[in-house]
Amino acid sequence: MPAVATQGLEHQAERAKSRQGFLLGLPAIVYLLVFFVIPLGIVIAYSFATRTRSGRTELNDWNVEAYRRLGEDVVRAVAFRSLWIAVLTTVVCLVLAYPLAYFISTRSPAVRNMMLVGVMIPFWSNFLIRTYAWRVLLDSDGLFTQMVSAVGLGDGRILFTSNAVILGLVYGYLPFMVLPLYASIERIDWSLVEGARDLYASGWMAFRRVVWPLSRPGVIAGSILVFVPSFGAFVTPAILGGNKKGLMGSYIVDQFLDARNGPLGASLSVVVLGVMLVGTLIYFRQGGRTL
Amino acid sequence: MNKWMRLFALVCVFSVTAAACGSDEEASAFKQCKVGETDGDFNFYNWSEYMDPDLITAFEEQFGVTVTEDFYPSNEEMFGRVEVGASGYDMIIPSDYMVSILISEAMIQPVQAAAVPNKPNVSETFEDPPYDPGAVYTSAYQWGTTGIGVDIGVTGEVPHTWGLLFDAGLAEEFGLAGKITILDDPRETMGAALKYLGYSLNSTSESELAEAEQVIADAVSRVAAFDSDQYGDLMVTGETIVGHGYSGNFLWDFEEGDSEYDYFVPDEGGTIWVDNMAVLADAPHPCTAFAFMNFLLDAENGAQLTNFNWYASPNAASEQFIDQEVLDNTIIYPTDMSKLEFISDTGDFEINFTDALSRARS
Repeated sequence: MPAVATQGLEHQAERAKSRQGFLLGLPAIVYLLVFFVIPLGIVIAYSFATRTRSGRTELNDWNVEAYRRLGEDVVRAVAFRSLWIAVLTTVVCLVLAYPLAYFISTRSPAVRNMMLVGVMIPFWSNFLIRTYAWRVLLDSDGLFTQMVSAVGLGDGRILFTSNAVILGLVYGYLPFMVLPLYASIERIDWSLVEGARDLYASGWMAFRRVVWPLSRPGVIAGSILVFVPSFGAFVTPAILGGNKKGLMGSYIVDQFLDARNGPLGASLSVVVLGVMLVGTLIYFRQGGRTL
Repeated sequence: MNKWMRLFALVCVFSVTAAACGSDEEASAFKQCKVGETDGDFNFYNWSEYMDPDLITAFEEQFGVTVTEDFYPSNEEMFGRVEVGASGYDMIIPSDYMVSILISEAMIQPVQAAAVPNKPNVSETFEDPPYDPGAVYTSAYQWGTTGIGVDIGVTGEVPHTWGLLFDAGLAEEFGLAGKITILDDPRETMGAALKYLGYSLNSTSESELAEAEQVIADAVSRVAAFDSDQYGDLMVTGETIVGHGYSGNFLWDFEEGDSEYDYFVPDEGGTIWVDNMAVLADAPHPCTAFAFMNFLLDAENGAQLTNFNWYASPNAASEQFIDQEVLDNTIIYPTDMSKLEFISDTGDFEINFTDALSRARS
């Protein structure tokens, strides 16, 4: 009898706790439901809807026309161009960020923190404003252009080209690469490297066989954090790329605002979401745990 | 039990929301307004660089309301925003052909003559426009042309042709590659290409439009940007040499540059347009909107607008207050109107223009 009573009490206590947890989480749950789940449902519904001759989207005659159009040359070209730019941005970020993260994580803790703050300072001002600032730096008599031509690397005019887009993206997303890399390099047990060196591994060998594998979670996390937003980037291509030769992000915006093709815009969004979902899954399986 | 309570609460939330959404549609007749009556702050959706901030301030002070301005780069983008409904905007400034579309979609409400006693100030030319017979739904705001601005300090004399935007040979000759901007506007941009090919800018021939699309697609590699609001800026900062844009905006920006500039409508012909004040059918503050319409139709305020943005005024009463140099400027008040064409609503064909532009540059 007493045992049963205790069990009942425990059960009750657990239920109270769970109810309390639910109530505490309620605002966030409602928020996500209203501003994320329902809109996502609408996007998915739109992607199967019909576009009328006047450009209206009607939620009837459900069809997969918008998905069929994803196979068109135009859409394929946009997708591959975005993919290429996102891959390039990720690689450039990785090449720039790895030595930096390595350098930071081997400093003394005080210096380390200062440098990390330095990496994050750009976030203190708005991304849009910073992108417009690049437009000033990149125009014909801008600082960047002058510096490049002064060192003799061509005339330095890259505004409204894909190089300017990649430059803007690398600039914007570099911290997303540095921070996870730092996090995983920083926790490497350096005695392993010492061990490798004691066993006559060269510096390069010790890096390739010890440091690199141990920092891989950071590499994967950083690459995904850079790749995913680069693939859907909208502001940078519009401001630094001159809004031509569409990339995925701008192409989707064009579908909704200019072309008023809701279903196509929605189906493209679903595809981008799919790409991001795959990226996130990889992130959780390989890198997420160690962060 | 608990689960049911939660579900019940959720259903309540949804039904309240649904009820709130539904009730709007039942109000069929538009709210009637008196002269000078305001019913809240004013949300104004306009083209960029088109409104004198001093006029906004004057209106705010005179009527004790706050004005919020948002801007759009093309009629289509504006339409996309407001067609969904509940945009929150009171007044929009659609161009001629877009007015026809808005009327046929019942998205704007008739002008209330009682609340807008200044309406007779509008010149006869705009009293009965083809896009809004009898000017029942709209009142003309400003009018102007679309053409080409050139930094002639760099190029010297140039032929007056749309080829400056589209022709590879001319780009070579005058060093225009990468120095061209084209409007980001389906009807204007496709229209320019159609005119270049010698067709009407209202062509509804699929093959003519396909040719025009090819013209744009070929030009993309030489274009710096598709842009509807910074083309003048880009030119006077030396970033571009040739731009496709509106007469007044160019004149405005030319003042700031150090080079010599020219604006013209190409010999193949170009666009004449009238932008109009229209109050949305679902405007939250229609009376403030009509008060604003009446305010702008005042003779002196109308003149101030033209003196500010350098577009021609449709307000006949304003003429005596407009600066003489503005009235004498043939770019603002063109003397030869024969090669100008209105963009007209092409009905079901409309969407083909947006699709063509979207395809041409992707």
